[in-house]
Order: sequence, then C-alpha cells, then structure tokens
Amino acid sequence: MSTDLPTYHILSVLVQNRPGVLARVSGLFARRDYNIYSLAVAPAEDPGFSRITIVVDVESTPLEQITKQLFKLIEVVKITELDPRNSVERELLLATVRVSPEMRGQVIELVNVFEGKILAVGVEAVTVSLDGYPAKLDDFEDLLAGYGLVELQRTGRVALPKFARDARLRAVPNPNNGKAG
Amino acid sequence: MKITGAQALIKALEMEGTEVVFGLPGGCILPAYDPLLDSPIRHILVRHEQGAGHMAEGYAHVTGRPGVVMVTSGPAATNMVTPLMDAYMDSIPMVCITGQVSTKAIGTDAFQECDTVGITRSCTKHNELVMTAQDLPMAIRQAFHIATTGRQGPTLVDVPKDVLTGTMEWYWPTDQEVIDSLPGYRPTTKGHGRMIKEAAKLIMASERPVIYAGGGILRGRAAEPLRELAELTDIHVVTTLMARGAFPDDHPLCLGMPGMHGNATAVTSMQKSDLLITLGARFDDRITGRLDGFAPEAKVIHVDIDPAEQGKVRRPDVPIVGDCKYVIEELVRTIRTMKEAGEEQADTSAWKSKISGWREQFPLTYEASEPGAALKPQFCLEQLRDLSPKDTILVSGVGQHQMWSSQYWNFTEPYTWVNSGGLGTMGFSVPAAIGAKVGRPDRTVWAVDGDGCFQMTAQELVTAAVERIPVKVAILNNSYLGMVRQWQEMFYEERYSEVYLSPELPDFVKWAEAMGCVGIRVDSPEEVQPAIDKANSIDDRPVVIDFRVDAREKVFPMVPAGASNDELILPHFQNKDFLK
Repeated sequence: MSTDLPTYHILSVLVQNRPGVLARVSGLFARRDYNIYSLAVAPAEDPGFSRITIVVDVESTPLEQITKQLFKLIEVVKITELDPRNSVERELLLATVRVSPEMRGQVIELVNVFEGKILAVGVEAVTVSLDGYPAKLDDFEDLLAGYGLVELQRTGRVALPKFARDARLRAVPNPNNGKAG
Repeated sequence: MKITGAQALIKALEMEGTEVVFGLPGGCILPAYDPLLDSPIRHILVRHEQGAGHMAEGYAHVTGRPGVVMVTSGPAATNMVTPLMDAYMDSIPMVCITGQVSTKAIGTDAFQECDTVGITRSCTKHNELVMTAQDLPMAIRQAFHIATTGRQGPTLVDVPKDVLTGTMEWYWPTDQEVIDSLPGYRPTTKGHGRMIKEAAKLIMASERPVIYAGGGILRGRAAEPLRELAELTDIHVVTTLMARGAFPDDHPLCLGMPGMHGNATAVTSMQKSDLLITLGARFDDRITGRLDGFAPEAKVIHVDIDPAEQGKVRRPDVPIVGDCKYVIEELVRTIRTMKEAGEEQADTSAWKSKISGWREQFPLTYEASEPGAALKPQFCLEQLRDLSPKDTILVSGVGQHQMWSSQYWNFTEPYTWVNSGGLGTMGFSVPAAIGAKVGRPDRTVWAVDGDGCFQMTAQELVTAAVERIPVKVAILNNSYLGMVRQWQEMFYEERYSEVYLSPELPDFVKWAEAMGCVGIRVDSPEEVQPAIDKANSIDDRPVVIDFRVDAREKVFPMVPAGASNDELILPHFQNKDFLK
C-alpha cells in the first residue's frame, strides 16, 4: 500500500471551530462523490479555528472543483494545497502484534530499527507505536503484518508547509481571490 | 432590556424587514407564535409545511426579498426538505425557522425530534442550531445575510423550545459584526477587470455570438444591463427556463428558450455559435444535451457569482466571477469605449440572416384541433396569454404544462415567471402562486398546472380562500402524468406504465368549490374564452379552471435525454433539413 501516488493531493483546510463543521466537510465529499483518502482534524493555533488535513484522491475529480466546492462551505476560511515535496508530513501508527515469547526479540529489533516504541508487552502480544513519514509507516506495517497484526490504527497524515527558504506555499488558485458565493 | 428568546426571534425578523411569514405552528415552535400576535408581521397559515416553503419561494421570486418560513420540529422540518432543496437548486433566497426540542432533550429521540440541521445540511446554503437565546439575533442576521448575498439560497435556523422561552439581553449586531462573525464568507461581486476586457475583445471579434442568459440575470437584478449589452452589440439572446422574462420575448433580439424543449432557433443558434456569452447560467444538462456534442465550435465567456460553476461542466475561455449586474455594466462600458475609439465589431450579418431564416422556418407551433375534436393545451395557453393583463405573473408546476407555458407565453418583463427549474418539483405551482400573489397583490397571478401536479398541493387553495389571496389556477387536465406518458410513447414503445390518472376523479370543479374557490370546467375550444374572462373578472377568491385537453399532445421540439442538441426532434410537419 503506497500513499505516494501522484493522484493524491494534500489539502490543509482552515475552518471555524464550530459544531457540525466536520460533518459538512465529509458530507460534501460524499455528496459530490469525491474520495477522501485520509482526514485528520484538530484545533489550530487559534482555538476558534481547526485545521483539517485531507488527503484526496483526485483521479476522478479535478482538485479545482473540490476546492471550489469546499470554499462554498461558510465555515471554511482558507484552503492550502500542500506540495508533498515542500511540506512536512507526519503520521502516527499504533499496532498490536501477535508474537510468541521466542519471536518477541525480532519484533523489538524491528521497532528499534524504525525508531518506534514498545508501549505494552504481553505473553503473546506486544503493542508498538511509530510516528514518521507515511511511507515509512507503510513499510513498518508490511513488516509487522508478517508476524500477525491483531489491531492497527493509523491517524492519517497531518502536514504543514516546510519552513525553509525554498519552501513553496501554493495557495489554491482562485481567480478573483475571493470567496464562494 | 431583557426579553424572551421568542420575542427576540420575532423582533429580529421585524428588524430584517420581514413583512410576511408563511408557516404552521406546533409544539416546539409554540412560544414564537405568541409574540407574533403582537407583531406587524403578517402570518399566512398554511395547510402543509411544504406549501409554506413554496409560497416563500414564490414570494421571493417576484419580490427579490427573502421568503420567510416558520414551522415546528420533526415532521414539519422534514416537510420543508423539498422546498429547501427546490430553493437551493434555483438560488432562491429563503430563511426557514424551525422549532426544535429543548436543548436538554436533543439526542434523546424526544417526541417530534429530528436532526434538522443534519437532514437539511445538503439542501441549504447554510444552517445553524441555536443553543442559547443570547445567540438568536446574530443567527437570524447571519441567515438573512447568507441567504441574500453571493449566490442566493435558502438558510435554516433551528431553535430549541427552551431557547425560545429563555431570556436574553436584546442587542442587534451591526453589519460589520455580522461580516466579522463569518470570516470564511466573502462573496466576490466585482468581476476581474482584465477578464472583462478579455471578454469584450472576444465579443467584438465574434462572427456568430449568442448571449446565453440564465437565472442569475434575475437574481442579480441585471435585466436592464443585459438589454443594454444586447442592443449595443446587436447580439441575440436566449433565455433559459430560469431566465424567462429577463429579456423581453417581443424584442427582435430575443430567441426564447433553449434546451431540451427549447425552440429550434434557440437550440441551434447555441449549437452553431462561435461564442457563448454566458451570463448567470450553469450549463445544466437540460440545456446542453449530450455534453461532448454541445456547441462544439463555441468559445465560452462565463459570468457567474459562484466560482464553483466556472469549469464545473464546460471549461470557459474567459471565466468571470462576479455579480451579473456589475459585470455586464462593466462589459457595456468597456465595449462602448472600444467602439468610441473606432474599433469595429466583427461582421455578424451572415449569422443574423441565418438566425432569421431559422426563425421563419421553425416557429413554435402545433396542429390546431379539428372542430369537435379535443381541446389543445397550447390553444388554452395562447388564449390565457392574450386575454390576461400583459403584466400577469405566470407560475407553473412541472411537466408538459410547464414547457408549454414557457414556450407559448409572451414574457415582456422580468419577475413575471415563477417555476421550479432545477429540482423539477411537481406541486410547486399552487403554493408558489399564492406566495407570488402575497408579494405582488397588484398583479394578476395565474398558476398553470397539470392534473398530476395539482393533486399534490391543491389543499393550499384553502389557505388562499381563507386568507383572501385571489390566485387563479388553470389545470391543463389530460388525465395523465403527461410528460412521463410522452416519454413512454416516444421511448418505451407506447408501453404506458402507471401514468393514467383518471378522467373523472377527482371532480376538480367540486373540489375547487369545496375549498372556497370558483370552479369552472372547460371541454371545448369555444368555452375557453368565456371561462378565462370570467376567471379574470373575479378578484375576491381563487378560481380554478379545469381545461380538459388532448392527452395525445406532446411537447415539441424535443432533444431526447442523453442525445446531442443536433438530434432535436421537431413536430412531424416541420422539416429539419433546413437547420443544417
């Protein structure tokens, strides 16, 4: 499973932090048949606003139409498309792996190689965590799967533009620099 | 000053300039109906909440002001779903207030509780559940602001019962406070200057231009600048179903309605055009037919206040996001300046003579009935048109009668045509006509309805009779769900499935009389004029005329669903070869 196909785009959407905002955003995607690959949401630096990081599958629908429709939601304040080459992305993975006491050492070694953490150890299972670039999590997940995954939870990616000289923060094109009517 | 939430709600509606509310009380909204007794606001008590919604739409269509609805929670709110969606599709400003169970009961499946904001989220421009009385004035101001600005549409404010009974310190937010409270809502109204210049250049260079005028002309109050633009450039105008009346039908440059049942000239001129000057229209599938065959040689200028319409269906060569009135006025100014500076507009004379050839060859027409044969619906409409005041407001339902109304009426001024375009809501016309008459009591208001449509919302004629709202209804009664019958005849080998209603049930005359209206039945052509004259002379109660018309009559021209506009089907007595 790879999350780095070119048909995925990352949108960072700043919204007013109000009841029902997430339902509006996800409802819009469902209603217009746009595919969400992953979605993460939490309050932004100003608690009156939340930042939603959406990874969208734009194979079927042009990104432009998705962002324009999102802009029409009254609570959507700003949409930024993040170029994966010029943004920092992180994701967190939690997994419980079925592993016998004899094999446990291998899993611990794997976790150490990936610089993850062991969160809990049982007789027949361990729970581990790993945060990092989503592709790294993909590799880790594939390797763990060989032992037998009991449960797995990934957060979906969060992203911010790189704070660097060559970082490009590409604002979503909006011909009149205005908001949807 | 401390007042109750209910008083604040009514006061806020008054402050917003509301003169009439269409509604029906019930449990949760009850507290709001008490201060309403002391308010100058007129309340029209409907018989079904859907009726209130369509009345508000009719009112908004003809006045340009938002229609206001107030109903209770649960089933009342769900009954509002259809009119809200209808208003959303046609960009009609409407503010709907719904009651809700008390804040403490929300989420407990209380009596008459439903997730109103959840249910109406995708059929409103915006909606809001108000959780404290103190928030009511701002919520109402936001609802009106959002409904009436940008691309207009319906908004809904859901008000729990204890918010209505609670107290609050009255305040009225300033315009700036309302704007500041909505940091994500900044509609673009002024078009981009460079794009407007680009558009002007394309217009000056086009040899086969057509102005494609949509409902945005009416919503944007832009009929006057549209006329200036057409006359300045001498370019023909097609008016979509939503834009009928935006440009006068008797103007030499008016080509009438394009689309699935548009006239041959309007359809073909768009097909063969080299420039579509699209003003407040959205390339609806009923206009374009099969998209990849639509106007293949045309460049597109697209003026729309909603950025999401740009490129949604057809990629424009020149997109202009902005208010129609502002942008068209700027276009006129720009073109006028170019002309004054000596720039010549391209020669369109060959194109114009082509258009006039089509018009001559393909008038909208039908075969008149033989003496003694069944009455033709088009004849009834022509008579109605010719015998009613010129400024009559025409309201229609959805189906064959709607298409004939749009085709055969002669719209000479804006805001005289009210219909359900995008959603195609059967049963729209009777309540919408009542709302239109409330908004324009000085006008004659005729609803043209089908017998199928009429049976969906006719009970609102009781409202009209009781409230002394003298609307007139012409039922073009062919005992069928006529448009469906037409499709089954043409595309399903005449296998008529569940489209036959009944020739004698209901008795529309008795039904009309039972509702406090005058009922008239018309069977033959010679009865048509006396019946219409009688109806037009009655001004103290509603009138219903039951026109018994020929069920075999079909709407032509017609572009079959999914076909290209080049595959237009004309009546059998017109020869299509000439269009090529």
